[in-house]
Formats: sequence, C-alpha cells, structure tokens
Amino acid sequence: MLGLGSLGVFLAYVMSIIAGALCVVYGLKNWNIPSDSEVEKEVSEEIEWEKRDPENEGGLF
Amino acid sequence: MNILLITIVTLIYLIITAFLGYLGWRNTSNATDFLLAGRKTHPFVMAVSYGSTFISTSAIIGFGGAAAVFGMGILWLTFLNIAIGIFIAFVIFGKRTRKMGHNLDAHTFPELIGKRFDSRLLQSASGLMIFIAMPLYAGSVILGGAQFISQTLSISYEAALFSFVTIVAIYVIMGGLKGVLYTDAFQGVIMFVGMFILLVATYYILGGVIDSHRALTNLAPEAVKIWGKMGHTGWTSMPETGSVFWWQLVSTIVLGVGIGVLAQPQLAVRFMTVKSDRELNRGVLIGGVFILMMTGVAFVVGALSNVYFFNHPAFGKISILAVEKKVDNIIPLFINTAMPQWFTALFMVTMLAAAMSTLSAQFHTMGSAFGRDFLEQGINIKTRSTVLTTKLAMGVAIIISTFLAYFLPRFFEQGSAIIAIGTSIFFGLCAATFLPLYFGGLFFKRITKTGALAGFFSGLLAASFWIIFVHTKEAAPLGICKALFGVPTLAGQSTLQFVDPIVIALPVSVIITVVVSIFSKSPDSKHVEKCFAGL
Repeated sequence: MLGLGSLGVFLAYVMSIIAGALCVVYGLKNWNIPSDSEVEKEVSEEIEWEKRDPENEGGLF
Repeated sequence: MNILLITIVTLIYLIITAFLGYLGWRNTSNATDFLLAGRKTHPFVMAVSYGSTFISTSAIIGFGGAAAVFGMGILWLTFLNIAIGIFIAFVIFGKRTRKMGHNLDAHTFPELIGKRFDSRLLQSASGLMIFIAMPLYAGSVILGGAQFISQTLSISYEAALFSFVTIVAIYVIMGGLKGVLYTDAFQGVIMFVGMFILLVATYYILGGVIDSHRALTNLAPEAVKIWGKMGHTGWTSMPETGSVFWWQLVSTIVLGVGIGVLAQPQLAVRFMTVKSDRELNRGVLIGGVFILMMTGVAFVVGALSNVYFFNHPAFGKISILAVEKKVDNIIPLFINTAMPQWFTALFMVTMLAAAMSTLSAQFHTMGSAFGRDFLEQGINIKTRSTVLTTKLAMGVAIIISTFLAYFLPRFFEQGSAIIAIGTSIFFGLCAATFLPLYFGGLFFKRITKTGALAGFFSGLLAASFWIIFVHTKEAAPLGICKALFGVPTLAGQSTLQFVDPIVIALPVSVIITVVVSIFSKSPDSKHVEKCFAGL
C-alpha cells in the first residue's frame, strides 16, 4: 500500500491522484465541446445583448 | 537565509504583478469589465485564478502544519477539493451558474441569487452578510501573509502588512476583476512550480515515495505516545472512529472546508467570467491538476516533515515538538532547514503569490457585495456609476480588513485567535446560508422566494448560534458565550463541541428551504422560464 499504514489513508492518497487524473481525462475529452459554431452563436448573442445593457455606462474614475 | 536573493526575487515578482495589474486597468472600460472581466476570460486564466484564489497561504502553511499533526488522513480533503471543489463546482454548478447569470444579467453572486428568486432583500442581505463576515476572513489572510513576509524579509510586521495590503488594493481597485484574474494566473503558475519542486525534493531527501511513507508509518508510536488518548493512531492511518481527532479531522477539516467551497461567492463569480461551457470543460483539467499540486503536496510534505525532523541530528523529535507546538512554523522551518537557499526565495514568492491571489479576490468580492448589491441595488444609494460605487465600497472593505488584522491582535486579548478562525467562520456561514438556495435555485424550478429567504435566514441563525455558543474552536476565542453564560461552550464536555457548524446548520437550512418552498406559492412561471432559458 505504498508504504502507508492503513487502507483509509491509502485510499485518500490514491483517490486524490485518481480524481486529478479524471479531471485531465474529462478536460481532454470535452476540450472542444461545445463546438466553435455554438460558441460563436452564443458570443454574437452576447454582443447584441451587451449593446442593450444599461449597466455599460462606462464611468471609471 | 540570503536576504539579498529573496529581496531581488520578490522585487521581480512585484514588478510583473504591477504590470499585469496595469494591463487589467488598461483593458477595463465598463461595469461588466470591472465586475466580470468582460465575460470573455481565457479558460487557463479562469481556472488558475479559481485555484489560486481557493488556495491561500494558510491552506499551504496552516493546513500543511495540520497535516504534520493529523497525518495523511487529511488527504481526504484533497480528494474532496478536487472532486467537489473542481469537478462538481465546474461541471455541475459552473455551467448552470454561467448560463443563468447570463440569462439574468447578473454581475455578482448575490445579484445572481437575488435575481433568480426575484428578491432585492435576498440580494442585499447576502451582500451585507459577505461585507460583514468576509473582512475577518480577509483579515486572516492579511495576517498570515504579513507575518510570513516580515519573518522572511526581516522587516517589521507593520511595514509588511501595509505594503502587502497597499499593493493588492491598488491593482484590485484600478484593474477590477481583469486585474485580479491576470495577476492570479501569474501567481498561480508560480505556486504550481514552487509546490512541484517541493514535492520532488521532499521525496528525494527522504529516500523515495514508498521508503519515506514507510518511515512515517514506523514513527506511529511517537504519535500515539502524545495523542493516543485522543484517538491518534499514527500519521499514515486514520484516527479511531468517534474520537476527538476523528471528529476534528472529519467534520472540521474535511466537511467544513471540502463542501463549504461550493458556496464561496468569490469563486462562484468566476463561472460568470467565461464566454461558454467549453472554457469550463477545459478549466476542469487545469483546476484539477492545480489543486492536486497545492493541497496534495502541502499535506504530504507536512506529514513527512515528521520523518525529516525526527531523523535530523539537530532536532531528533517530531515536527510539532521541533517548532515548540507552533503548528504554523512547521512548513517554514522545514523549507529553511531541508531546502537549498534558492528554493527558500522561490517559496517566499510562492507564499506571497498565494496570499495576494486570495486577498485580491476577497477585496473585489467585498467591494462588489457592499457597493453594488447592498448600497446600489439594496438601499438605492448610487454614485456616478456602478464602478465608482464598487470602488468606494472596496476602499471601505479594505480599510476594515486591514484595521482588523492590525488592531485586533494588539488591543484585544483574544484578537489573534479570533482572526485565526476567520476562514472557518466565513466558510461555515456561506455553506449554511448560500448552498441550499444556490443549489436549489440552479436545479429546481419549484424552490420559491419565501423558501430561499427562510433557508438563508435559518442557516444564518443556526450557523451563528453554533459558532458563538457551541463549537469551542470559535466560541472560546469569541468569548460571547463566556460573557453571557460563564462557560466557553454550551456543549459542556460532550463531543458536540467538536462538531463543525456546517454539520448542523446546513441540514437545518436545507430542510427549511424545501419545506417552506413546498408550502408557499409557486414562483411566477414566466420568471422561472427566463431563469432556466437554455438550461
């Protein structure tokens, strides 16, 4: 068990590494999801929405 | 320690930080830029910023020191940090938060939940709670950062505190969230490199992964000798179930911080800074590896420091005895004695980066909570613009936090102890007040405004009661229970005094939110459709 004294701690050690590895796998698998066209559609919607946003009055110091 | 080397490295680091803060300022032209970094943040920047905000100096030095006491069982917290704090936070909460935030034109976390439940009261009460409770959390980060700087650079604590706060304040107030995110990403990279080297060097010094673990396992009798009666069984095994050590490890450290992270306003707002779910998917990869390298390394190194100090001829004892029971000194002492000088300089900058990245987000969140959510949207006090109101509120929040970190330990006997518990108080309050209504608001159309408000206030009440009157860790230094009832905790000698507020207050808040929602009027269907459009 990697020199560790109990199953509880061994699992904590291994599960932490597995959790990190699963994040890598998930990230790679979904790297291009949603696709470019869907993202562009959402961004263009947002640009339209930003133009109408009353909050964007500027006015920094 | 080579002061000249550390000073040069620190100066280079500060110059780069200042330049990135300037970039944030130059690229900020409106309220959306200032509050949400223009909603077009790069996934790497967002994920590393999330991680570096998540991890403060105390997460590495304080919890690393705790690992030297509790042992490697604390790695369950690393598992939860990644599984909940990254994966569930990004994939389950993050995507919905981004979309709903966009649907509702929300610029802050309190604004998101306020608009979701169509309640100005909820938004302003949340903003006020953040503004009241967060300065103590920020105060603990300031205190930890300033103490570390003053010790390492051999300057006075006052000089360290005020220069540290001033630098962060300038780039947050001028650069807004863009300044925060750019500097966070740079600071996160330094933290990653520093912790990676620390891990490899520690295992190398102690003879490899398995041999060093085995050496720590063989030290178990030393732990049992000191803490055996409280349930300690050694640094590579879990404490006895139900013992004092077990409760402290499982409830306070693992549950308190592991789950509490989901409802942190300064973290949740980051999901609204990206333009699509794709950035969140990519962020999972970066965030998962980053957190593993932060808490995982701090906990492993903290626990293994026992082997190093025990076998070192100058010490010949375990970590806690080597530092005369000052837990926060364990990691710095290990770095100073076990690592080469150049690494001490790198580690100094790593810790500075960890403190600054957390503090910058706190300043930004307190300012936006008080300025936009409470003053502007809650009680309708406005200035020339949202950005100006937020900047003024940030100034007030920074002064209060600095005041707490500077004066509380000087003029109040329990001051230092109160600041030290600031993080756990804030995490406990956020989990109890925000988590049920945030989760309910994102996933269930049937959760009502009345249910959300009832859940918020019952969670606030239950968590505050437990913090002030029952949980000794907070109740004793606060002293309110002692002043009113003559005892440090109402729990007496029972194990209830070790049970974290989240274990009590979160279920109370969940039950009240659900029950009140069932028996109150259904929300307006048009509003609900608007919230959930595209979800």
